[in-house]
Amino acid sequence: MKYQSQAVAKPYFIAAIGLFLGQILFGLIMGLQYVVGDYLFPAIPFNVARMVHTNLLIVWLLFGFMGAAYYLIPEEAERELFSPKLALAMFWIFLVAGAATILGYLLVPYATLAEMTGNNILATMGREFLEQPLPTKVGIVIVALAMLFNLSMTVLKGRKTAINLVLLLGLWGLAIFFLFSFYNPANLVKDKFYWWWVVHLWVEGVWELIMGAMLAFVLIKVTGVDREVIEKWLYIIIAMALISGLIGTGHHYYWIGTPEYWQWWGSVFSAMEPIPFFMMTLFAFNMVNRRRREHPNQAAVLWALGTGVMAFLGAGVWGFLHTLAPVNFYTHGSQITAAHGHMAFYGAYALVVLTMISYTMPILRGREANSRKAQVVEMWAFWLMTIAMVFITLFLTAAGILQIWLQRIAAEPMGFMAAQDQVALFYWMREITGLVFFTGLVLYIVSFFIKGEEARAS
Amino acid sequence: MNIAATLPASHDQPRTLPGDLAIWFFIFAELLVFGVFFLAYAFARARNVELFDASQLQLDRISGAINTALLISSSYFVVRAVDRIRHGASHACAGWLVAAMTLGGAFLVLKLTEFAGKFAAGITMSTNTFFMFYIGLGFFHFMHVVLGMIILGWVAHKAWRGGYSAANHAGVETGASYWHMVDLVWIVLFPLIYVMH
Repeated sequence: MKYQSQAVAKPYFIAAIGLFLGQILFGLIMGLQYVVGDYLFPAIPFNVARMVHTNLLIVWLLFGFMGAAYYLIPEEAERELFSPKLALAMFWIFLVAGAATILGYLLVPYATLAEMTGNNILATMGREFLEQPLPTKVGIVIVALAMLFNLSMTVLKGRKTAINLVLLLGLWGLAIFFLFSFYNPANLVKDKFYWWWVVHLWVEGVWELIMGAMLAFVLIKVTGVDREVIEKWLYIIIAMALISGLIGTGHHYYWIGTPEYWQWWGSVFSAMEPIPFFMMTLFAFNMVNRRRREHPNQAAVLWALGTGVMAFLGAGVWGFLHTLAPVNFYTHGSQITAAHGHMAFYGAYALVVLTMISYTMPILRGREANSRKAQVVEMWAFWLMTIAMVFITLFLTAAGILQIWLQRIAAEPMGFMAAQDQVALFYWMREITGLVFFTGLVLYIVSFFIKGEEARAS
Repeated sequence: MNIAATLPASHDQPRTLPGDLAIWFFIFAELLVFGVFFLAYAFARARNVELFDASQLQLDRISGAINTALLISSSYFVVRAVDRIRHGASHACAGWLVAAMTLGGAFLVLKLTEFAGKFAAGITMSTNTFFMFYIGLGFFHFMHVVLGMIILGWVAHKAWRGGYSAANHAGVETGASYWHMVDLVWIVLFPLIYVMH
């Protein structure tokens, strides 16, 4: 690596992969609970498994983003990180806080956890994805602010490029919008309204900036295409992401008690949201086709191309599928949402973090690329996880269509649980595919331990 | 001075896109959003012609017409500004841009007065579908005028300080292109929402 301080990225990436493994294990547990309702009850009830599954996802992606930022910012700014010690301290604080939170979920009832952690002082708990106890939320803010201070100081004193500025903007946005997790009005409509300012404005707003910057960084490195070309793409992509994504929040405001005009605004703007993702696909393939060098790390190129395609399919196509108000009237909160959630998170955010890890990890370990053998295993991991995710999405989509028909459209609509029974076959198939995904993940981890001679540019 | 650049574009010469390519992506994206909204308006109106016609009568067409004149004139001023910089006249270019921004400012004042009148009459986006479009689209376009003025202001400032020349003035063309888009959208929006019955 070019700068010593980039090494702080390594523990972040290792933690990210570890938590990713945890996320998938809990996904498998919960997937089984869909069809075997009392599996592991009362030790791990469904609601707890779900909370752990989604919270681990968020936390490992945050670890990934942070690690990526600590690697990327010094290289782009062309100077050492302002304070590597601060970055390492934050790593341990975040890891301990994250682990304690997950243990809290698993070991004590949620209500007890709330009592123990001062939820009576400022009630922030009990909301989907934002279940973290108050001290954890405060911890996230401290870690994020310390990171932003560290990175901003580095950029202020160093070279400013489109990539590091877009990344910083995205990370600042991430921290700022998270503050809405502390606002928990008693009015349920307002509560949901601002809850989306964290959830939607993260994944369909500022995270897209982070993703765009990371993808652009890796593409510059592995293709050798001119920075000017890549930066122009990046600008257009983030402009499109913000134009469509900000007001696109309206697609969550159709049926929660907000004014009716959101059905128009949400539909029109969110219908544009696939555009930036489609541009990312074009971007990745175009840059790779115009490459001016053969980078020895072919696995990283594969992950980057995979990000382009899967982000467009998962976030773009599966998002558009149910974003228009007249369609969403039937589909909201069904397995269609779950299908979209799975492929979008995997395609956009899991894959972009894995792209970054794939490119940087060999360098952090002192070589430009892993051995041919290790890369082959890594690529197998890519295909297994990606194909498994495609099928998980398809099965959930099938389950969703059937569920909506039985529960909301049929002449004599069924109750929720009765409809769930009817789609059990798809849940079984999803669970089996989940095992394939898990196998892919294990292979991925194994690939880090395969030795051999460093691959050279062909 | 580059003589070729000072000559008016002839139709025999190969024509290139004025300004930065990136702004054209941006312009197309904006037109797409407005286009979808215009289509949505058309469909919503077709399903409820009477309500739309009755609500439309409450609009101030004179104010809308003046605003149309203001924006078209401002677009002409922007054309003059581009022409001036092609001749290397930086200060004249900045002057025309400021004139265009002044008309843009007048548009905003008039539009705000119009909105204030509607709000005073108790009309909001929730009154009915017509007013949802009138206020929503009007406000969305309003914000584009504001953004357009910021861009023109930036360009005018740079032009005044001699940042452009007859040979190198892509920035002026970029700003001008965006401003024409803002004007163009209004030219569709005005007849569609204020006039067409």
